[in-house]
Amino acid sequence: MSDWVAACAAGDIDEEDVMRFDHGGRTFAIYRSPDDEYFATDGLCTHEKVHLADGLVMDDIIECPKHNGRFNYKTGDARGAPVCVNLRTYPVKVDAGKVLVQIG
Amino acid sequence: MARGMVIVGAGECGGRAALALRDLGYEGPVTLVGDEPHPPYERPPLSKDAMVSDAPEIRAIASDEVLAEKSIRHIHSVQAVAIDREAHKVRLSDGSVLPYDKLLLATGSTPRKLPMPGLGRRCVYLRTFADALAIRAHLRAGRRVAIVGGGFIGLELAAAARKLGAAVTVIEAQPRILMRGVPAEIAEIIHDAHVAEGVDILCCDGIASIADDGNEVRVTLAGGREIVADLAIIGIGAVPVTGLAAEAGLVIDNGIAVDAELRTGDPDIFAAGDCCSFPLAVYGGRRVRLEAWRNAQEQGALAARNMLGAGEAHAAVPWFWSDQYGLSLQIAGLADEGRSIVRRDLGDGAFILFHLAEDGRLVAASGIGPGNAVARDIRLAEMLIAKRAQPAPEALGSQAIKLKSLLAA
Ligand SMILES: Cc1cc2nc3c(=O)[nH]c(=O)nc-3n(C[C@H](O)[C@H](O)[C@H](O)COP(=O)(O)OP(=O)(O)OC[C@H]3O[C@@H](n4cnc5c(N)ncnc54)[C@H](O)[C@@H]3O)c2cc1C
Ligand code: FES
Repeated sequence: MSDWVAACAAGDIDEEDVMRFDHGGRTFAIYRSPDDEYFATDGLCTHEKVHLADGLVMDDIIECPKHNGRFNYKTGDARGAPVCVNLRTYPVKVDAGKVLVQIG
Repeated sequence: MARGMVIVGAGECGGRAALALRDLGYEGPVTLVGDEPHPPYERPPLSKDAMVSDAPEIRAIASDEVLAEKSIRHIHSVQAVAIDREAHKVRLSDGSVLPYDKLLLATGSTPRKLPMPGLGRRCVYLRTFADALAIRAHLRAGRRVAIVGGGFIGLELAAAARKLGAAVTVIEAQPRILMRGVPAEIAEIIHDAHVAEGVDILCCDGIASIADDGNEVRVTLAGGREIVADLAIIGIGAVPVTGLAAEAGLVIDNGIAVDAELRTGDPDIFAAGDCCSFPLAVYGGRRVRLEAWRNAQEQGALAARNMLGAGEAHAAVPWFWSDQYGLSLQIAGLADEGRSIVRRDLGDGAFILFHLAEDGRLVAASGIGPGNAVARDIRLAEMLIAKRAQPAPEALGSQAIKLKSLLAA
């Protein structure tokens, strides 16, 4: 089990929005849901390796900016053409105003 | 026993329709007939990433394994040549006959041919993976490429050819590139990017003659200028593939004419994707034909639902993208529906033009910028267009006001 890594301050991300987080040569996307919970997934779309953080968050869906592929960012499930491979998700917790991600 | 579903054309639309039929739980026979040798694959990379790769590969929509796993029978390298509507049968070029309950025509479009003599083996078009491989083999430093037509495919190929070191001339008969569907302000950004990368763009000059001796192509323009190239790529638009439908007596009107449910005049025959014209609800039923990847996808899925009896009308907003160098363009809606334009700057040179109708309704949005800078706002604009919203022009133009807040209004 690897350590928890601080990704950003809780207030850095708006509700129903997403932010890119790079760490150790990898890239992640950190989400804040409309009901103020935080989530993390791999940062790149499984269709063409585009940064998802440029995409639009609606409810529990992140939509890829390139070709509108959709994922449920809470579960990582691919939700429609052209994406068919799920995203990997990572545990997230908020501690003392910081968003921490457990990067496995 | 059910005769099942037959889909003619194993491209973006046909492939998606076949998958959708299975996703919807249809258990009868699904047969996909295609005249290309490959499983259904994506065409957009052919003028983009695949063209600059050392060994271009197919990006399959559904691989042979996936098709087999889903019991989708794919008959490849074979053409559908006739439809017997009375008997509900399709005849194929190998002589076999397929019975159907419902038939989907997803025959796509094909490059418009340059109507003049003199074209030979060094004059090519791009539609298929095979075309892409043939073009790729010519693109390298020291090669001269003439691109006839300043449309999306031509310009994406120009960018790819430059990346590979070839010398590129683009010939456009119109006063500017991307005359159809792209606002001048955006076309200018793309024009400048090509010039900065060393592409020679010649506008306002038609072709007087072409001479291709099999090794070299000599293009003479009406204005007298002569361009000599090792390869001429012709990208002057596409025409819908409608022969099979026309022979069967179906109505053709700038494509195979279908209703909002993508049904032709024959209740058991549907058409979708690049090959069909359909009433676009968001513009009051204006009949259009789109040549766009997402449309092919969405219509394939919608046709599948309606083949199974959903009776669902098409409601999507057209959407298109193109990549050239580091720039990405996205357009939601049809810009020609607009009467006035409001500009929103997003920083880093990225901007969006909102096209408003006379009554203030947002009808289209065109954006350009580095990477995916415009994606989010174009997507929100698309939702506003779908809602037939009349957002205040000041709000659209102000970066301080989030588009998402307009959607809630
Ligand atoms: C190089 C290129 C780049 C593109 N880039 C973009 C882009 O960046 N953005 C975008 O939005 N769109 C883009 N497009 C457009 C997009 O790819 C098309 O809109 C989409 O492929 C249409 O899907 P379709 O299934 O309707 O037709 P197609 O993909 O053309 O598939 C139709 C298939 O049917 C086959 N067929 C036809 N008649 C028969 C018959 N009688 N029997 C058997 N088979 C038959 C054809 O050979 C073909 O394989 C691009 C297209 C090309 C060619
Ligand atoms: S890159 Fe994400 S959908 Fe294509």
